[in-house]
Amino acid sequence: MNNILWIKSGKVIDPINNRNDIGDVFVIDDKIVSDLTSQQKKEAKILDANGLVVSPGLVDIHVHLRDPGQTHKESIKTGTYSAAAGGFTTIVCMPNTSPPADNAGTIQLIKNSISSRAIVNVYPTGCMTIGQKGEKLAPIGSLKRAGVVAVTDDGLCVQNNELMRRVVEYANMFDLVVMDHCQDADLTDGSVMNEGHWSLRLGLKGWPNSAEDIIVSRNVILSKYSGAHIHLQHISSAHSIEIIREAKKNNIRITAEVTPHHISLTDEKTKDYNTNFKMNPPLRTEEDRKAIVNGLLEGVIDCISTDHAPHSDYEKDTVFDQAMFGITGLETALAVSLETLYHNKLASLPDVISWMTYKPSKILGLESGTLNIGSDADIVLFNPDEEWLVQADNFQSKSNNSPWIGDRLRGKVNRTIVKGKTVWDGKKIIS
Amino acid sequence: MTDNFTWNRKDFLSIEDLSKDELETIFAYADQFKQTLDRTQKKLPTLRGKTILNLFMEPSTRTKVAFEIAAKRLSADVITITGDASSLSKGESLRDTAKNIAALNADVIITRNSHAGSAYYLSKIVDIPVINAGDGAHEHPTQALLDCFTLRDHFGDLKGLNVTILGDILFSRVARSNIWALQKLGASVTLAGPATLVPKKFEEFGVKVHHDVETALKNSDAVMLLRIQHERQSSIHFPSLGEYTKMFGLNKKRAALLKPEAIILHPGPVNRGVEIDSQLADSEKSVILKQATHGIVCRMAVLFLCATAAANNLMNKISANE
Repeated sequence: MNNILWIKSGKVIDPINNRNDIGDVFVIDDKIVSDLTSQQKKEAKILDANGLVVSPGLVDIHVHLRDPGQTHKESIKTGTYSAAAGGFTTIVCMPNTSPPADNAGTIQLIKNSISSRAIVNVYPTGCMTIGQKGEKLAPIGSLKRAGVVAVTDDGLCVQNNELMRRVVEYANMFDLVVMDHCQDADLTDGSVMNEGHWSLRLGLKGWPNSAEDIIVSRNVILSKYSGAHIHLQHISSAHSIEIIREAKKNNIRITAEVTPHHISLTDEKTKDYNTNFKMNPPLRTEEDRKAIVNGLLEGVIDCISTDHAPHSDYEKDTVFDQAMFGITGLETALAVSLETLYHNKLASLPDVISWMTYKPSKILGLESGTLNIGSDADIVLFNPDEEWLVQADNFQSKSNNSPWIGDRLRGKVNRTIVKGKTVWDGKKIIS
Repeated sequence: MTDNFTWNRKDFLSIEDLSKDELETIFAYADQFKQTLDRTQKKLPTLRGKTILNLFMEPSTRTKVAFEIAAKRLSADVITITGDASSLSKGESLRDTAKNIAALNADVIITRNSHAGSAYYLSKIVDIPVINAGDGAHEHPTQALLDCFTLRDHFGDLKGLNVTILGDILFSRVARSNIWALQKLGASVTLAGPATLVPKKFEEFGVKVHHDVETALKNSDAVMLLRIQHERQSSIHFPSLGEYTKMFGLNKKRAALLKPEAIILHPGPVNRGVEIDSQLADSEKSVILKQATHGIVCRMAVLFLCATAAANNLMNKISANE
């Protein structure tokens, strides 16, 4: 007996295929099919999608699953639960685990955990330098063979330009994207928030935009000379947008992402020293926020990624200086993006969905993020208008370091389907 | 007492939060306490039976001792814990330390900590009053109180005064507290020092910023010097102490640009010959030692107001339950 799904009368939005109509989506077993026979329709399980958007499952190319080594914060199991609850069917996990994923053995360990515990598709990345120390090349070729989809030292940034040059040249040989966290370490030594009015006022050490702009420029230059594809992670600075715009105009192989928090929040939010607004890069000014939103609207920025960075309560519940950087994002990303872009009438629903589906996929050459006939049946059903209250106790993630706790957001995930199986039914995980 | 007597706060965390009336209330009490300084019997029974905990995680002489004296003059029992002698050095979290201090039945916590926002953080954790004795580069509110009390003592009123704050503003909690206090009390504030330590962005707080020290000092009624924290800045923010002194130090020639009746303040500790000429520090223009004395009475006022408000709130709670 086949698993046959008939997702009926939904608002089907599949940006890559320019589909945006009220209609049906059909699934047999783990694949999307064009239609069902009348016999199959009789056997099908019908999901009434009336009033719901039916789109490709969301794709997030920037997630910290903390597994192995920091499973008090998150694990491959809970991280993928969190993804499923947020409508994500494919996520890419960062290699800053403990130990760091800088060798094929650790990648194999991660892949083993993924196959036994993940409820959504997970692709690992590997470090670009040994131990993320920015000193020696990681075995990028072996990492590729072990199955990484990109290399990155996310959380840290290679400061040595000669080494970075060799990283991108070497990775390019294997068609691996280098994802870079753009941060000059000297300019940000001891910094905990954006440098500006609020850092002066709060007496906290500021983090200048130039720290990002300088490395963004460096990466554009290294990409130009090497021809290598460099993906710029979580861009936060207005001037970086200008640099990327110029690079793209010159056909340099640069792509870039923004996070839901950088497009929606500013550094003013730190005024009560609430550490759920502490992340790296920091929240910037309203001017920066507007510039990165415009960058997204104009295509200078390619996609939205969460930088989901779970931390346990005692790592966040302390003075601002000492709290860990980072916030969770998987379960709020869709709603925050819809609020900021769609409900504010800056972008259409298909645009927002494209930034969270096939566009991030394309950066890493993944096949996810479409409703193509014959592709894996990774699908999300959501109500873009349904409001919900973000509550600390309701996260599927092991951590609840979210800046949106207490906020009401519009955009609720009704069902998440991975390879034809429902993993989130709008209320609970089904594993 | 002032007509606008007002104090409903549990904590004393920052000057930025306070209204002018609240500042005046504190000064009115400080005036009263000042009269006790010359008595042979200096102790008041006001806070007898209260336990005040001085939690000093950073080195301090003046502030720590002034708080201890202030507490003792009000007949409170005071215990001082310093950084390396506390459980924080064994890895206890600030939250747990604070919770335990409250559980040990202390009535007030006074906190000095190198992290901005630490006093605010503690105030959310414990039910007892928290008094900020300096939190990182954020605020040092009792310092601003004693500075303004000293200006008030000298000029009668701060309204219309031109006050220049000279030195390392960027890393200074004293500067931040004074920027708010002076302006709330009607003074105009000019910040001066090298661009690396006095960013123009400070003008967003209503003050003027000058990198030319002569311009900044001209026609000032008072200059507040800040200690150059050379242990913190290495050689990135200015090249050397020698160059700093040459370009920004207060010497006699520069002091002559001040108004004739102007005074010189310094929160201490003073680097003689660096930010201020040694003789100037001892001159009649200098009110540095008066500031130290005023530190006692201003802190007595703050301790009194917070401890009393807490006691009143407790009484109200008890009677509401009866």
